[in-house]
Amino acid sequence: MDNLSVEHLIGIRDLTKADIDLIFSTADNFKQVINRPIKKVPSLRDITIANLFFENSTRTKLSFELAEKRLSADVINFSASGSSVSKGETLVDTVNNILSMKVDMVVMRHPNPGAAKFLSDRIGARVVNAGDGTHEHPTQALLDAFTIREKLGTVEGKKVVIVGDILHSRVALSNILCLQKLGAEVMVCGPTTLIPKHIDKLGVKVSHNLRHALEWCDVANMLRIQLERQDIKYFPSLREYSMLFGLNKEILDSLSKEIVVMHPGPINRGVEITSDVADSKQSVILQQVENGVAIRMAVIYLLAAKIERQ
Amino acid sequence: MENQVILNSKQFELTINRLCHQLIETHGDFSSTVLIGLQPRGIHVLKRLKSRLEIILGKEITCGNLDITFYRDDFRRREKPIIPSTTNINFSIENKNIVLIDDVLFTGRTIRSGLDALLAYGRPNRVELLTMIDRRFRRHLPIQADYVGKTVDSMISERVAVEWKEIEGEDKVLLLYTVEGNG
Repeated sequence: MDNLSVEHLIGIRDLTKADIDLIFSTADNFKQVINRPIKKVPSLRDITIANLFFENSTRTKLSFELAEKRLSADVINFSASGSSVSKGETLVDTVNNILSMKVDMVVMRHPNPGAAKFLSDRIGARVVNAGDGTHEHPTQALLDAFTIREKLGTVEGKKVVIVGDILHSRVALSNILCLQKLGAEVMVCGPTTLIPKHIDKLGVKVSHNLRHALEWCDVANMLRIQLERQDIKYFPSLREYSMLFGLNKEILDSLSKEIVVMHPGPINRGVEITSDVADSKQSVILQQVENGVAIRMAVIYLLAAKIERQ
Repeated sequence: MENQVILNSKQFELTINRLCHQLIETHGDFSSTVLIGLQPRGIHVLKRLKSRLEIILGKEITCGNLDITFYRDDFRRREKPIIPSTTNINFSIENKNIVLIDDVLFTGRTIRSGLDALLAYGRPNRVELLTMIDRRFRRHLPIQADYVGKTVDSMISERVAVEWKEIEGEDKVLLLYTVEGNG
Protein backbone atom coordinates (compact mmCIF):
# COMPACT_ATOMS: atom_id res chain seq x y z
CA MET A 1 0.00 0.00 0.00
CA ASP A 2 1.18 3.48 -0.75
CA ASN A 3 1.18 6.30 1.70
CA LEU A 4 -0.90 9.42 1.37
CA SER A 5 0.79 11.97 -0.89
CA VAL A 6 0.31 14.72 1.71
CA GLU A 7 1.76 15.39 5.17
CA HIS A 8 -1.28 17.36 6.37
CA LEU A 9 -4.95 17.34 5.42
CA ILE A 10 -5.56 20.99 4.59
CA GLY A 11 -8.04 20.61 1.78
CA ILE A 12 -9.39 18.23 -0.82
CA ARG A 13 -7.56 20.34 -3.40
CA ASP A 14 -4.23 18.79 -2.33
CA LEU A 15 -5.42 15.17 -2.52
CA THR A 16 -5.11 12.87 -5.52
CA LYS A 17 -7.77 10.37 -6.51
CA ALA A 18 -5.47 7.62 -5.24
CA ASP A 19 -5.34 9.36 -1.84
CA ILE A 20 -9.12 9.47 -1.65
CA ASP A 21 -9.41 5.81 -2.68
CA LEU A 22 -6.85 4.88 -0.01
CA ILE A 23 -8.78 6.83 2.64
CA PHE A 24 -12.01 5.08 1.58
CA SER A 25 -10.58 1.56 1.63
CA THR A 26 -9.04 2.22 5.06
CA ALA A 27 -12.36 3.67 6.28
CA ASP A 28 -14.12 0.47 5.13
CA ASN A 29 -11.98 -1.42 7.64
CA PHE A 30 -12.58 1.09 10.41
CA LYS A 31 -16.31 0.94 9.79
CA GLN A 32 -16.07 -2.76 10.62
CA VAL A 33 -14.11 -1.92 13.76
CA ILE A 34 -16.69 0.56 15.07
CA ASN A 35 -19.48 -1.97 14.63
CA ARG A 36 -17.85 -4.60 16.86
CA PRO A 37 -18.33 -5.31 20.56
CA ILE A 38 -14.95 -3.67 21.32
CA LYS A 39 -14.78 -0.64 19.08
CA LYS A 40 -11.14 0.17 19.58
CA VAL A 41 -7.76 -0.65 18.04
CA PRO A 42 -4.36 0.04 19.61
CA SER A 43 -2.60 1.51 16.55
CA LEU A 44 -2.05 5.08 17.81
CA ARG A 45 -1.27 4.42 21.44
CA ASP A 46 1.96 6.45 21.28
CA ILE A 47 0.40 9.46 19.50
CA THR A 48 -1.04 12.58 21.12
CA ILE A 49 -3.60 14.68 19.29
CA ALA A 50 -4.83 18.17 20.16
CA ASN A 51 -8.29 19.24 19.03
CA LEU A 52 -8.30 23.02 18.68
CA PHE A 53 -11.72 24.50 18.08
CA PHE A 54 -11.72 28.25 17.59
CA GLU A 55 -15.28 28.05 16.30
CA ASN A 56 -18.38 26.24 17.54
CA SER A 57 -18.93 22.63 16.59
CA THR A 58 -20.85 19.63 17.88
CA ARG A 59 -20.68 16.86 15.32
CA THR A 60 -17.20 17.42 13.95
CA LYS A 61 -15.64 17.84 17.38
CA LEU A 62 -17.30 14.75 18.84
CA SER A 63 -16.59 12.77 15.70
CA PHE A 64 -12.88 13.63 15.70
CA GLU A 65 -12.56 12.96 19.40
CA LEU A 66 -14.28 9.60 19.09
CA ALA A 67 -12.15 8.68 16.07
CA GLU A 68 -8.98 9.52 17.99
CA LYS A 69 -10.05 7.54 21.03
CA ARG A 70 -11.05 4.52 18.95
CA LEU A 71 -7.49 4.56 17.58
CA SER A 72 -6.15 4.69 21.18
CA ALA A 73 -4.51 8.10 20.76
CA ASP A 74 -4.18 10.45 23.73
CA VAL A 75 -6.47 13.41 23.22
CA ILE A 76 -6.47 16.96 24.54
CA ASN A 77 -9.27 19.40 23.78
CA PHE A 78 -9.22 23.13 23.48
CA SER A 79 -11.97 25.60 22.68
CA ALA A 80 -11.33 29.28 22.07
CA SER A 81 -14.03 30.42 24.45
CA GLY A 82 -12.66 30.60 27.96
CA SER A 83 -9.03 30.39 26.76
CA SER A 84 -6.11 32.80 26.53
CA VAL A 85 -7.11 33.63 22.95
CA SER A 86 -9.41 36.24 24.45
CA LYS A 87 -6.36 37.68 26.24
CA GLY A 88 -4.72 38.49 22.91
CA GLU A 89 -2.51 35.44 22.26
CA THR A 90 -1.78 34.75 18.58
CA LEU A 91 -2.69 31.49 16.86
CA VAL A 92 0.93 30.39 16.43
CA ASP A 93 1.75 31.17 20.06
CA THR A 94 -1.29 29.28 21.29
CA VAL A 95 -0.44 26.27 19.18
CA ASN A 96 3.28 26.32 20.00
CA ASN A 97 2.43 26.32 23.68
CA ILE A 98 0.26 23.28 23.15
CA LEU A 99 2.92 21.60 21.02
CA SER A 100 5.57 22.04 23.70
CA MET A 101 3.47 19.54 25.63
CA LYS A 102 4.62 17.01 22.95
CA VAL A 103 1.63 16.84 20.68
CA ASP A 104 2.02 14.95 17.37
CA MET A 105 -1.07 16.07 15.51
CA VAL A 106 -3.41 19.03 15.57
CA VAL A 107 -7.03 18.96 14.46
CA MET A 108 -8.15 22.54 14.01
CA ARG A 109 -11.32 24.45 13.23
CA HIS A 110 -10.88 28.16 12.74
CA PRO A 111 -13.08 31.01 11.43
CA ASN A 112 -10.35 32.34 9.09
CA PRO A 113 -9.95 30.78 5.64
CA GLY A 114 -6.38 29.51 5.23
CA ALA A 115 -5.76 29.12 8.97
CA ALA A 116 -4.91 25.42 8.61
CA LYS A 117 -2.39 26.10 5.84
CA PHE A 118 -0.90 28.98 7.83
CA LEU A 119 -0.43 26.70 10.81
CA SER A 120 0.98 23.77 8.84
CA ASP A 121 3.70 26.04 7.43
CA ARG A 122 4.78 27.09 10.90
CA ILE A 123 4.64 24.08 13.21
CA GLY A 124 6.19 20.64 13.30
CA ALA A 125 3.02 18.66 14.03
CA ARG A 126 0.63 17.25 11.43
CA VAL A 127 -2.43 19.40 10.82
CA VAL A 128 -5.92 18.20 9.99
CA ASN A 129 -8.29 20.91 8.87
CA ALA A 130 -11.67 20.53 10.57
CA GLY A 131 -13.05 23.57 8.74
CA ASP A 132 -11.34 26.91 8.07
CA GLY A 133 -13.85 29.71 7.59
CA THR A 134 -15.49 29.61 4.18
CA HIS A 135 -12.55 27.73 2.62
CA GLU A 136 -12.59 23.92 3.07
CA HIS A 137 -13.92 21.17 5.31
CA PRO A 138 -12.16 18.15 3.82
CA THR A 139 -13.30 15.39 6.18
CA GLN A 140 -16.94 16.36 5.64
CA ALA A 141 -16.50 16.08 1.86
CA LEU A 142 -14.78 12.72 2.26
CA LEU A 143 -17.54 11.33 4.44
CA ASP A 144 -20.22 12.67 2.08
CA ALA A 145 -18.59 10.99 -0.91
CA PHE A 146 -18.00 7.83 1.15
CA THR A 147 -21.71 7.77 2.04
CA ILE A 148 -22.68 8.18 -1.62
CA ARG A 149 -20.30 5.34 -2.54
CA GLU A 150 -21.86 3.17 0.16
CA LYS A 151 -25.43 3.99 -0.86
CA LEU A 152 -25.09 3.93 -4.67
CA GLY A 153 -22.09 1.60 -5.08
CA THR A 154 -19.90 4.20 -6.73
CA VAL A 155 -19.43 7.95 -6.98
CA GLU A 156 -18.22 7.93 -10.57
CA GLY A 157 -20.85 9.11 -13.04
CA LYS A 158 -23.35 10.11 -10.33
CA LYS A 159 -25.06 13.48 -10.42
CA VAL A 160 -24.94 15.46 -7.19
CA VAL A 161 -26.65 18.77 -6.54
CA ILE A 162 -25.58 20.98 -3.64
CA VAL A 163 -28.42 23.26 -2.60
CA GLY A 164 -28.28 26.38 -0.44
CA ASP A 165 -25.73 28.87 0.80
CA ILE A 166 -22.87 28.02 -1.54
CA LEU A 167 -21.24 31.42 -1.03
CA HIS A 168 -20.47 30.90 2.66
CA SER A 169 -20.09 27.14 2.65
CA ARG A 170 -16.77 25.37 3.11
CA VAL A 171 -18.66 22.10 2.76
CA ALA A 172 -19.74 23.09 -0.75
CA LEU A 173 -16.23 23.82 -2.01
CA SER A 174 -14.71 20.66 -0.52
CA ASN A 175 -17.61 18.58 -1.82
CA ILE A 176 -17.30 19.98 -5.35
CA LEU A 177 -13.56 19.21 -5.47
CA CYS A 178 -13.94 15.75 -3.93
CA LEU A 179 -16.86 14.65 -6.08
CA GLN A 180 -15.19 15.88 -9.25
CA LYS A 181 -11.96 14.03 -8.42
CA LEU A 182 -14.04 10.87 -8.06
CA GLY A 183 -15.72 11.43 -11.42
CA ALA A 184 -19.16 12.72 -10.35
CA GLU A 185 -21.03 15.58 -11.99
CA VAL A 186 -21.84 18.46 -9.67
CA MET A 187 -24.51 21.16 -9.81
CA VAL A 188 -25.02 23.98 -7.33
CA CYS A 189 -28.45 25.43 -6.71
CA GLY A 190 -29.58 28.44 -4.69
CA PRO A 191 -30.59 32.10 -4.87
CA THR A 192 -28.37 34.17 -7.20
CA THR A 193 -26.99 36.11 -4.26
CA LEU A 194 -25.74 32.94 -2.53
CA ILE A 195 -23.99 31.45 -5.58
CA PRO A 196 -20.44 32.81 -6.00
CA LYS A 197 -19.68 34.55 -9.28
CA HIS A 198 -17.55 32.48 -11.67
CA ILE A 199 -18.28 29.24 -9.81
CA ASP A 200 -18.84 27.67 -13.25
CA LYS A 201 -15.05 27.95 -13.68
CA LEU A 202 -14.84 25.00 -11.27
CA GLY A 203 -16.72 22.97 -13.86
CA VAL A 204 -20.03 22.85 -12.00
CA LYS A 205 -23.49 23.44 -13.40
CA VAL A 206 -25.56 26.23 -11.86
CA SER A 207 -29.31 26.29 -11.36
CA HIS A 208 -31.62 28.66 -9.57
CA ASN A 209 -34.60 26.32 -9.76
CA LEU A 210 -34.83 23.60 -7.13
CA ARG A 211 -37.22 21.35 -9.07
CA HIS A 212 -35.04 21.51 -12.17
CA ALA A 213 -31.97 20.62 -10.07
CA LEU A 214 -33.70 17.73 -8.29
CA GLU A 215 -35.00 16.24 -11.55
CA TRP A 216 -31.40 16.19 -12.83
CA CYS A 217 -29.66 14.66 -9.81
CA ASP A 218 -29.13 11.28 -8.09
CA VAL A 219 -28.14 12.87 -4.79
CA ALA A 220 -29.20 16.17 -3.20
CA ASN A 221 -26.95 17.65 -0.51
CA MET A 222 -28.95 20.28 1.37
CA LEU A 223 -26.89 23.00 3.09
CA ARG A 224 -27.80 25.27 5.95
CA ILE A 225 -28.10 29.03 5.54
CA GLN A 226 -25.03 30.30 7.39
CA LEU A 227 -26.61 33.33 9.02
CA GLU A 228 -23.58 33.79 11.28
CA ARG A 229 -21.36 34.48 8.27
CA GLN A 230 -23.83 36.75 6.47
CA ASP A 231 -23.05 40.40 7.12
CA ILE A 232 -25.86 41.66 4.86
CA LYS A 233 -29.27 40.33 3.83
CA TYR A 234 -28.91 37.98 0.87
CA PHE A 235 -32.61 37.17 0.44
CA PRO A 236 -35.86 38.80 1.63
CA SER A 237 -36.92 36.28 4.28
CA LEU A 238 -36.29 32.74 5.52
CA ARG A 239 -39.92 31.96 4.67
CA GLU A 240 -39.37 32.91 1.04
CA TYR A 241 -36.09 30.96 0.93
CA SER A 242 -37.82 27.95 2.37
CA MET A 243 -40.64 28.18 -0.22
CA LEU A 244 -38.22 28.39 -3.16
CA PHE A 245 -35.26 26.26 -2.02
CA GLY A 246 -36.53 24.15 0.87
CA LEU A 247 -36.84 20.42 0.25
CA ASN A 248 -40.24 19.05 1.30
CA LYS A 249 -42.02 15.73 0.95
CA GLU A 250 -44.33 17.03 -1.76
CA ILE A 251 -41.58 17.96 -4.18
CA LEU A 252 -39.57 14.83 -3.30
CA ASP A 253 -42.52 12.53 -4.04
CA SER A 254 -43.30 14.29 -7.32
CA LEU A 255 -39.87 13.48 -8.80
CA SER A 256 -39.61 10.81 -11.47
CA LYS A 257 -36.95 8.85 -9.52
CA GLU A 258 -35.96 8.27 -5.92
CA ILE A 259 -33.02 10.47 -4.98
CA VAL A 260 -30.72 10.27 -1.97
CA VAL A 261 -31.02 13.18 0.47
CA MET A 262 -27.96 14.34 2.44
CA HIS A 263 -27.30 17.10 4.94
CA PRO A 264 -23.97 17.86 6.66
CA GLY A 265 -25.78 19.23 9.76
CA PRO A 266 -26.73 21.13 11.76
CA ILE A 267 -30.23 20.98 10.29
CA ASN A 268 -32.56 23.95 10.42
CA ARG A 269 -35.78 21.95 10.22
CA GLY A 270 -38.42 23.73 8.21
CA VAL A 271 -35.91 25.97 6.42
CA GLU A 272 -33.73 24.04 3.96
CA ILE A 273 -35.36 20.68 4.69
CA THR A 274 -38.63 19.66 6.32
CA SER A 275 -38.77 17.17 9.18
CA ASP A 276 -40.57 14.48 7.20
CA VAL A 277 -37.83 14.54 4.52
CA ALA A 278 -34.96 14.64 7.06
CA ASP A 279 -36.42 11.58 8.78
CA SER A 280 -37.50 9.73 5.60
CA LYS A 281 -35.90 6.55 4.31
CA GLN A 282 -34.34 8.49 1.43
CA SER A 283 -32.34 10.54 3.91
CA VAL A 284 -28.86 9.28 4.84
CA ILE A 285 -28.13 12.03 7.34
CA LEU A 286 -27.42 9.69 10.25
CA GLN A 287 -25.34 7.35 8.08
CA GLN A 288 -23.23 10.40 7.24
CA VAL A 289 -22.57 10.92 10.93
CA GLU A 290 -21.63 7.26 11.45
CA ASN A 291 -19.34 7.28 8.42
CA GLY A 292 -17.76 10.48 9.73
CA VAL A 293 -16.08 8.55 12.53
CA ALA A 294 -14.73 5.89 10.15
CA ILE A 295 -13.44 8.49 7.68
CA ARG A 296 -11.75 10.51 10.40
CA MET A 297 -10.15 7.36 11.83
CA ALA A 298 -8.79 6.59 8.36
CA VAL A 299 -7.42 10.11 7.83
CA ILE A 300 -5.76 10.23 11.25
CA TYR A 301 -4.38 6.69 10.92
CA LEU A 302 -2.87 7.36 7.49
CA LEU A 303 -1.35 10.71 8.51
CA ALA A 304 -0.01 9.22 11.76
CA ALA A 305 1.66 6.45 9.74
CA LYS A 306 3.89 9.14 8.27
CA ILE A 307 4.99 10.63 11.60
CA GLU A 308 8.63 9.73 12.16
CA ARG A 309 9.59 8.09 15.42
CA GLN A 310 12.06 9.95 17.57
CA MET B 1 22.56 -20.97 -2.96
CA GLU B 2 19.56 -22.49 -4.69
CA ASN B 3 16.03 -22.39 -3.42
CA GLN B 4 15.01 -25.59 -1.69
CA VAL B 5 11.62 -27.33 -1.80
CA ILE B 6 10.57 -28.24 1.73
CA LEU B 7 7.21 -29.76 0.81
CA ASN B 8 6.17 -30.84 -2.68
CA SER B 9 2.53 -31.08 -3.67
CA LYS B 10 2.21 -34.73 -2.57
CA GLN B 11 3.72 -34.05 0.86
CA PHE B 12 1.65 -30.86 1.04
CA GLU B 13 -1.59 -32.82 0.68
CA LEU B 14 -0.49 -35.40 3.25
CA THR B 15 0.34 -32.62 5.68
CA ILE B 16 -3.08 -30.98 5.27
CA ASN B 17 -4.73 -34.38 5.80
CA ARG B 18 -2.72 -35.06 8.93
CA LEU B 19 -3.51 -31.63 10.38
CA CYS B 20 -7.22 -32.29 9.78
CA HIS B 21 -7.08 -35.58 11.66
CA GLN B 22 -5.15 -33.99 14.53
CA LEU B 23 -7.83 -31.31 14.77
CA ILE B 24 -10.56 -33.96 14.83
CA GLU B 25 -8.73 -35.83 17.61
CA THR B 26 -8.98 -32.77 19.84
CA HIS B 27 -12.18 -31.13 18.68
CA GLY B 28 -14.36 -34.10 17.74
CA ASP B 29 -17.37 -32.96 15.75
CA PHE B 30 -16.46 -29.24 15.98
CA SER B 31 -19.75 -28.43 17.73
CA SER B 32 -18.15 -25.69 19.82
CA THR B 33 -15.02 -25.10 17.76
CA VAL B 34 -14.43 -22.46 15.10
CA LEU B 35 -11.48 -21.99 12.77
CA ILE B 36 -10.12 -18.50 12.21
CA GLY B 37 -7.57 -17.74 9.51
CA LEU B 38 -5.21 -14.78 9.82
CA GLN B 39 -5.19 -12.42 6.86
CA PRO B 40 -3.70 -12.41 4.35
CA ARG B 41 -1.99 -15.81 3.88
CA GLY B 42 -3.49 -17.81 6.72
CA ILE B 43 -6.86 -17.87 5.03
CA HIS B 44 -5.51 -20.14 2.29
CA VAL B 45 -4.54 -22.74 4.90
CA LEU B 46 -7.98 -22.26 6.44
CA LYS B 47 -9.82 -22.80 3.15
CA ARG B 48 -7.92 -26.02 2.46
CA LEU B 49 -8.46 -27.38 5.97
CA LYS B 50 -12.13 -26.44 5.91
CA SER B 51 -12.91 -28.21 2.66
CA ARG B 52 -10.96 -31.32 3.74
CA LEU B 53 -12.60 -31.39 7.19
CA GLU B 54 -16.05 -31.01 5.68
CA ILE B 55 -15.43 -34.02 3.45
CA ILE B 56 -14.20 -36.11 6.38
CA LEU B 57 -16.91 -35.04 8.83
CA GLY B 58 -19.74 -34.49 6.36
CA LYS B 59 -20.85 -31.26 8.01
CA GLU B 60 -20.20 -27.57 7.70
CA ILE B 61 -17.41 -26.09 9.81
CA THR B 62 -17.77 -22.50 11.11
CA CYS B 63 -14.91 -20.36 9.85
CA GLY B 64 -13.85 -16.73 9.87
CA ASN B 65 -11.08 -14.46 8.65
CA LEU B 66 -9.26 -12.08 10.94
CA ASP B 67 -7.26 -9.03 9.88
CA ILE B 68 -4.63 -7.86 12.35
CA THR B 69 -3.27 -4.73 10.62
CA PHE B 70 -4.46 -2.27 13.27
CA TYR B 71 -3.06 -4.45 16.08
CA ARG B 72 0.47 -4.79 14.73
CA ASP B 73 3.36 -3.61 16.87
CA ASP B 74 5.32 -2.16 13.94
CA PHE B 75 3.00 0.74 13.07
CA ARG B 76 5.17 3.77 12.13
CA ARG B 77 8.22 1.49 12.13
CA ARG B 78 7.79 0.40 8.52
CA GLU B 79 8.49 2.35 5.35
CA LYS B 80 4.96 1.92 4.10
CA PRO B 81 1.80 1.02 6.00
CA ILE B 82 0.40 -2.45 5.39
CA ILE B 83 -2.77 -2.80 3.36
CA PRO B 84 -5.61 -3.90 5.65
CA SER B 85 -7.67 -6.93 4.55
CA THR B 86 -11.21 -7.70 5.57
CA THR B 87 -12.22 -9.31 8.81
CA ASN B 88 -15.13 -11.64 8.46
CA ILE B 89 -16.37 -13.07 11.74
CA ASN B 90 -20.14 -13.38 11.54
CA PHE B 91 -20.62 -15.36 14.73
CA SER B 92 -20.06 -14.97 18.43
CA ILE B 93 -16.73 -16.31 19.69
CA GLU B 94 -17.96 -16.18 23.29
CA ASN B 95 -17.04 -19.47 25.03
CA LYS B 96 -15.97 -21.06 21.73
CA ASN B 97 -12.84 -23.10 21.20
CA ILE B 98 -10.84 -21.24 18.60
CA VAL B 99 -8.11 -22.50 16.32
CA LEU B 100 -6.08 -19.61 14.91
CA ILE B 101 -4.54 -20.52 11.59
CA ASP B 102 -1.55 -19.03 9.78
CA ASP B 103 0.89 -20.21 7.13
CA VAL B 104 4.29 -19.50 8.72
CA LEU B 105 5.11 -19.06 12.41
CA PHE B 106 8.34 -17.07 12.65
CA THR B 107 8.87 -14.34 15.26
CA GLY B 108 5.43 -14.83 16.84
CA ARG B 109 4.60 -11.15 16.55
CA THR B 110 1.77 -11.73 14.07
CA ILE B 111 0.17 -14.24 16.43
CA ARG B 112 0.50 -11.81 19.35
CA SER B 113 -1.37 -9.21 17.27
CA GLY B 114 -3.86 -11.87 16.23
CA LEU B 115 -4.66 -12.70 19.85
CA ASP B 116 -5.32 -9.03 20.60
CA ALA B 117 -7.47 -8.64 17.51
CA LEU B 118 -9.40 -11.80 18.37
CA LEU B 119 -10.16 -10.74 21.94
CA ALA B 120 -11.85 -7.58 20.60
CA TYR B 121 -14.64 -9.92 19.49
CA GLY B 122 -15.30 -11.46 22.89
CA ARG B 123 -13.96 -14.00 25.37
CA PRO B 124 -13.31 -17.40 23.86
CA ASN B 125 -13.05 -20.52 26.00
CA ARG B 126 -9.71 -21.58 24.59
CA VAL B 127 -7.44 -20.52 21.74
CA GLU B 128 -5.06 -22.83 19.91
CA LEU B 129 -2.62 -22.16 17.09
CA LEU B 130 -2.16 -24.09 13.89
CA THR B 131 0.62 -23.25 11.48
CA MET B 132 1.66 -24.86 8.22
CA ILE B 133 5.35 -24.11 8.82
CA ASP B 134 7.09 -23.53 12.15
CA ARG B 135 10.46 -21.77 11.82
CA ARG B 136 11.71 -22.86 15.20
CA PHE B 137 14.36 -21.09 17.29
CA ARG B 138 13.38 -17.81 15.65
CA ARG B 139 10.79 -16.55 18.13
CA HIS B 140 10.81 -13.03 19.56
CA LEU B 141 7.94 -13.85 21.90
CA PRO B 142 7.03 -16.92 23.98
CA ILE B 143 4.49 -18.31 21.50
CA GLN B 144 4.28 -21.91 20.28
CA ALA B 145 1.91 -23.68 17.90
CA ASP B 146 -0.37 -26.55 18.96
CA TYR B 147 -0.50 -28.06 15.47
CA VAL B 148 2.44 -27.86 13.07
CA GLY B 149 2.56 -28.91 9.42
CA LYS B 150 6.32 -28.99 9.28
CA THR B 151 9.11 -27.68 11.46
CA VAL B 152 11.93 -25.92 9.66
CA ASP B 153 15.36 -24.84 10.87
CA SER B 154 16.28 -21.72 8.96
CA MET B 155 18.52 -18.72 9.00
CA ILE B 156 17.24 -15.16 9.42
CA SER B 157 18.42 -14.38 5.89
CA GLU B 158 16.20 -17.10 4.50
CA ARG B 159 12.54 -16.83 3.71
CA VAL B 160 9.88 -19.52 3.77
CA ALA B 161 7.17 -19.24 1.12
CA VAL B 162 3.99 -21.32 1.19
CA GLU B 163 2.59 -21.43 -2.34
CA TRP B 164 -0.93 -22.44 -3.35
CA LYS B 165 -2.42 -24.11 -6.40
CA GLU B 166 -5.12 -21.41 -6.51
CA ILE B 167 -2.63 -18.54 -6.58
CA GLU B 168 0.88 -19.58 -7.59
CA GLY B 169 -0.20 -22.62 -9.63
CA GLU B 170 1.23 -25.39 -7.45
CA ASP B 171 1.02 -26.48 -3.82
CA LYS B 172 4.49 -26.35 -2.34
CA VAL B 173 6.65 -24.88 0.40
CA LEU B 174 9.97 -23.30 -0.51
CA LEU B 175 12.99 -22.17 1.45
CA LEU B 176 14.28 -19.08 -0.36
CA TYR B 177 17.67 -17.48 0.00
CA THR B 178 17.26 -13.73 0.04
CA VAL B 179 19.56 -10.88 0.88
CA GLU B 180 17.26 -9.20 3.39
CA GLY B 181 15.10 -12.16 4.51
CA ASN B 182 11.72 -11.94 6.18
CA GLY B 183 8.96 -13.99 7.70
